[in-house]
Amino acid sequence: MEFLITPLKYEFVVNGMIVAMMIGILCGIIGIYVVLRGMSYIGHGLSHAAFGGAVIGYIFSINLYIAAGVWGLLSAFLINLIVREKKIKADAAIGIVTTASFALGIALISRIRRFTKNLEAILFGNILGVTTEDIIIIGIVTLLVIIIIFFLYKQLLFVTFDPESANVYGTRASLIDAIFSFILAASIIVSLQVIGVTLIAAAIIIPASTARLLTNNFNKMFFLSIAIGAITSVAGIYASFYLNAASGATIVLLGALIFSIVLIYNYIHRKIMLHEHAHSHLHGAIPHHHTHLDDAEHGHEHKEKP
Amino acid sequence: MIEIKNLTCNYGNNIVFNGINLAIKKGSLAGIVGPSGSGKTTLIKAILGVVRPIAGEVYVNGKTIKNNPPPNIGYIPQLEAIEWDFPVTVEQVVMMGRHNKMGILPWSGKEDRKKVQEALDRLGILQYINHHIKTLSGGEQQRVFLARALVSEPELLILDEPTSGVDLKTQHDILHFLLTLNKKGITIVLITHDLNAVAAHLPWIVCFNRGIVAEGKPDDVFNPEILKKTYNADVAVIRKGHLILMANATPFND
Repeated sequence: MEFLITPLKYEFVVNGMIVAMMIGILCGIIGIYVVLRGMSYIGHGLSHAAFGGAVIGYIFSINLYIAAGVWGLLSAFLINLIVREKKIKADAAIGIVTTASFALGIALISRIRRFTKNLEAILFGNILGVTTEDIIIIGIVTLLVIIIIFFLYKQLLFVTFDPESANVYGTRASLIDAIFSFILAASIIVSLQVIGVTLIAAAIIIPASTARLLTNNFNKMFFLSIAIGAITSVAGIYASFYLNAASGATIVLLGALIFSIVLIYNYIHRKIMLHEHAHSHLHGAIPHHHTHLDDAEHGHEHKEKP
Repeated sequence: MIEIKNLTCNYGNNIVFNGINLAIKKGSLAGIVGPSGSGKTTLIKAILGVVRPIAGEVYVNGKTIKNNPPPNIGYIPQLEAIEWDFPVTVEQVVMMGRHNKMGILPWSGKEDRKKVQEALDRLGILQYINHHIKTLSGGEQQRVFLARALVSEPELLILDEPTSGVDLKTQHDILHFLLTLNKKGITIVLITHDLNAVAAHLPWIVCFNRGIVAEGKPDDVFNPEILKKTYNADVAVIRKGHLILMANATPFND
């Protein structure tokens, strides 16, 4: 127990722990939709785009969150403009705009030659250096995201799974998408200083991907992703304290470790416990080939185990 | 029930169809047939309000669907369009059909769960209620989407290729089920590629190829002239009693 209590004697660790827990929950929620929509690259891109805005904000003494937010919106607008050109697909447009924005930030820093602690935190994260203002802003955004997701849970699930049918059944997919883009951008911007531009995408994707490996049920995936996000964040702070390593990095590394363990467990479970093997059978006259598991959900009979 | 007036739709710079008029009466069971790329899917998506026409109007129950999908409509998309690895159970997919009737809270009520169970039971797949959708066969997956449409309590049911990729027995079961629903008063419009097993058994057929070639009972529209205009190919029509059989009559060249 001493092991768990010692770090809590320091106020900056307690603050870091509160913020890490909130960011873990936030990334756990957002990550589910990012992963299931195949939008992982957007998290990566948005954080890089916001970095350009943060540097400009720093130079002109504008609030970091406002500068990064406005710049992020501008980048999204530019990406849309390029995609309308038809010849360029969204992934290429995101790559061009967000990396150019990141490069602008780097170019400006190298020109003014004042690589301050603040900007370093945006690049690599600095959980243990959070201010009370940061805690309040992150708390407000986390609460807002939880409230929005609570009331749009059904609609977001439908739109993520089958957007066209969602429209037909009366859920306005474009409105839900717009709200999701807003909460995604807000979550990334408030997480920037804590996790860092370079690590934020992983912090969003890892808890949801680990949860996806553990279940085929959306509701269970939702709560698992949040739990994994929160637990790895707090455990990551402990690891950071005892290993004397950067906290953003220890959180992401811990998440990646849990993901790897689950991945290996799944592989062993499929191959050894459930005897995964190629399987062919007929549906009426139509031959059907797939890999086959001997679990309760896939109950074909076998005379002998392969 | 559905009234289409001077409807023109495009895809990019191409006009898919121009100025079409079509009326489908309440209580109909109509099949739209035509070759790939003929604009059938665009036509039903215009009825659903998913595709915006560049000219003309679609009215469902006398109301224009401009800017809003028509109410009380059940839609079954092509199964090829579904992401089967998505982590949802059969119950979760079917419950989506109830979302609009469920209120603001994220969880389903007792009544909603009862409706979902009843629909699954009616379609003979209640035993799969907690299964992942990917673990079901093609026919069972098709029934899941039928159940989703049913729990929305639709007046109009629109199906895009409901029998593609399923075996003959399931094709027959689905068709039989649709006929039963139709007898209970639900208007049904479906797209099908299968002239023999599906279209020939429907009461009303619309032959479509970038416009309406013909419409009427299968006996009236399934003849070589209309089918040639519809498919741009020679189609032989064999009649035996009530049975109509159609086959490609264009000889293969060596």
